[in-house]
Amino acid sequence: MSRFIERHPAWALIILIAVAVLLWLIFAVWPPGLEEAIGRKKVFLNAVFNGITLGGLYFLVASGFTLIFGLMRNVNLAHGSLYLFGGYVGYAISSWTGSWILSFIIAFIAVALVGIILQLVVFRRMEGQDLRQTMVTLGLSIVFADLMLWAFGGDFYQIQTPSWLIGPIELPFVTAVKSSGEAVYLQYPLVRLVIFAASVVIGIVMWLALNRTRVGMMVRAGVDDRDILAATGIYIQIVFVVIFALGAGLAGIAGVVGGTFQSLSPGEDTRFLLASLVVVIVGGMGSIPGAALGALIIGLAEQLGSVYIPTYAIVVTFLIMVLVLALRPQGLLARR
Amino acid sequence: MSLLQDTRLHAKPPATAAQRPALAWAEFDNPAAWAVAVILLIMPLIANGFFLIEIFGTTLILGIIALSLMFLAGYGGMVSLMQLTIAGFAGYMVAVFGVSGSANISLSWPWWLATPMALALATAFGTFGGALAVRTEGIYTIMITLAIGAAFYYFTNQNWAIFNGHTGINTIATPHFWGVDWRSDIPFYYVILGTAALCYFAVLYISRAPFGLALQGVRDNPRRMAALGFNVNAHRVAAYAFASFVAALGGVLQVWNYHQISPGSIAVERCIDILIIAMVGGITRPIGAFIGAFIFVILRTFALDFLVHVGLDGNRFRLLIGIGFLVIVFWSSDGVVGLWERWRRSLAGADSRSRGGGHG
Repeated sequence: MSRFIERHPAWALIILIAVAVLLWLIFAVWPPGLEEAIGRKKVFLNAVFNGITLGGLYFLVASGFTLIFGLMRNVNLAHGSLYLFGGYVGYAISSWTGSWILSFIIAFIAVALVGIILQLVVFRRMEGQDLRQTMVTLGLSIVFADLMLWAFGGDFYQIQTPSWLIGPIELPFVTAVKSSGEAVYLQYPLVRLVIFAASVVIGIVMWLALNRTRVGMMVRAGVDDRDILAATGIYIQIVFVVIFALGAGLAGIAGVVGGTFQSLSPGEDTRFLLASLVVVIVGGMGSIPGAALGALIIGLAEQLGSVYIPTYAIVVTFLIMVLVLALRPQGLLARR
Repeated sequence: MSLLQDTRLHAKPPATAAQRPALAWAEFDNPAAWAVAVILLIMPLIANGFFLIEIFGTTLILGIIALSLMFLAGYGGMVSLMQLTIAGFAGYMVAVFGVSGSANISLSWPWWLATPMALALATAFGTFGGALAVRTEGIYTIMITLAIGAAFYYFTNQNWAIFNGHTGINTIATPHFWGVDWRSDIPFYYVILGTAALCYFAVLYISRAPFGLALQGVRDNPRRMAALGFNVNAHRVAAYAFASFVAALGGVLQVWNYHQISPGSIAVERCIDILIIAMVGGITRPIGAFIGAFIFVILRTFALDFLVHVGLDGNRFRLLIGIGFLVIVFWSSDGVVGLWERWRRSLAGADSRSRGGGHG
């Protein structure tokens, strides 16, 4: 952090000012002139919270993608299909048993199994042939998309939110002050906050697992140099299978999350594939903190964009990607 | 970064081309090529309207777009998934600048002004996308171009001011001059055929021109080319510019063909279709793009009837395409052209063995 400030004082200052302005916008009671200029604070706060929670969902999808890419150099373009498959499995389980938590577990296991099968049957045969692997994942995404369309049809599905999570919660953020001097606080759906907290926890656990455990050490070593790691006697195929299963399983969990606070339908696979592509391009490929930062930026940009410039929202996302590619092609938090 | 060498995806190495200078034009000695050319020329005598435009016209249009991808991937080593997006952009520009049913959007320029404008803008768009994509290498190119394609798809879906949202732009006017309606079946077929032939020979020519050879050098070893004084990125961006122009031509023809354009015609699946066409046909030879397009169009048109005929659900057309694509990627990284060449080589091998020839 301090090294970053030393090396890029101008950027550090800009980032600092941006964060300060954002914090002020979130916490301060807006003066009337500002409300006239850009609308009510409630709208803004809602967009920010939606953006942050959407960022949590994007992080869940993109972290698996970036994990698989970082270790195996495999651009898994079927990742969106794994997301959608996880969502459908979660929907089936939750409507069958009525248990929301169980649907997460089953979706994780089911999608992780698909990932294991893919790694063992398909990708292991073409190790080191990045482009061919990518083509195969592309073909698989077409096949999966059609199989899921066959099985589930073109309908929209939404996973039932459990009763203990339904309803809004009052947050300690003032949206407005009534004429009587009474402060109005922000009401926000509890389920989104819980899911966001869960994705933060998953992110931290993943970071700890990567940086503090033996398996994590192997994975990090594999990201840096796969061949030397194999030469030191570690059975790298096991590591590959574990990481592929984990990355796929995360996509499955994300599918259940997405099915709970958005909906599941054909085409969502492409949407989330695009989201994870942009997130890892912005954040830096193969980097978990990069995925978190990228997901936050893209989630916020998407939600704020869709509130303030509705017909050009996607352009904002795209411009961020262009800017990052122009200034720092390897991504914001990538090491190389 | 020898990503592409691993997969043997690139076209004939320049060394081979240097040994046999007439390689690219060798098709002229091939009676089969002449037969195909003659059949294509007299096609209006053989085929009726449906086959002429729906099968052969569409094949050639898709072939042109796939050819632009083949050029980038085969000679430049850059697998770009945004070629259909560029074509769609050109189509949208034809609709926006030309005459269409959405009077509040279209500027109603005459076709001879709107079409060059569309081509120029689409080329600029593709070049810009290429300039972004060349900032990273190999496998990343796919991700970035796919992201550009998907972003443009969602943008056209959201934007009503220029792109008319998800309904798209309908009843787009087509050229009508010298007393000929150029969209009626037979003239339109010749327009497509002429454009396709032009693009095909342009790609063949460039692949042998100094620029094309330098591009193939950049593909095989960018570092060495840079050391030799070539501007690697400039060559790549120039390749994107050329490929964008080819794709834009295809896009203009496509919008004239259907009279309409909507986000559905530039969806991500369509972009991937172009890659499938190029891969199935074989990405090492320009002709592969057209062969792939022909297979694709035949499948798309008749798979439904065929699947129903053998007692399966006709809607599983994409499943068939996907599995076919997987099979091709698994067993022949050279597509149908590669299979054909392997088959010919094995025939020739058997021939020389039976004659007792030891070399080969």
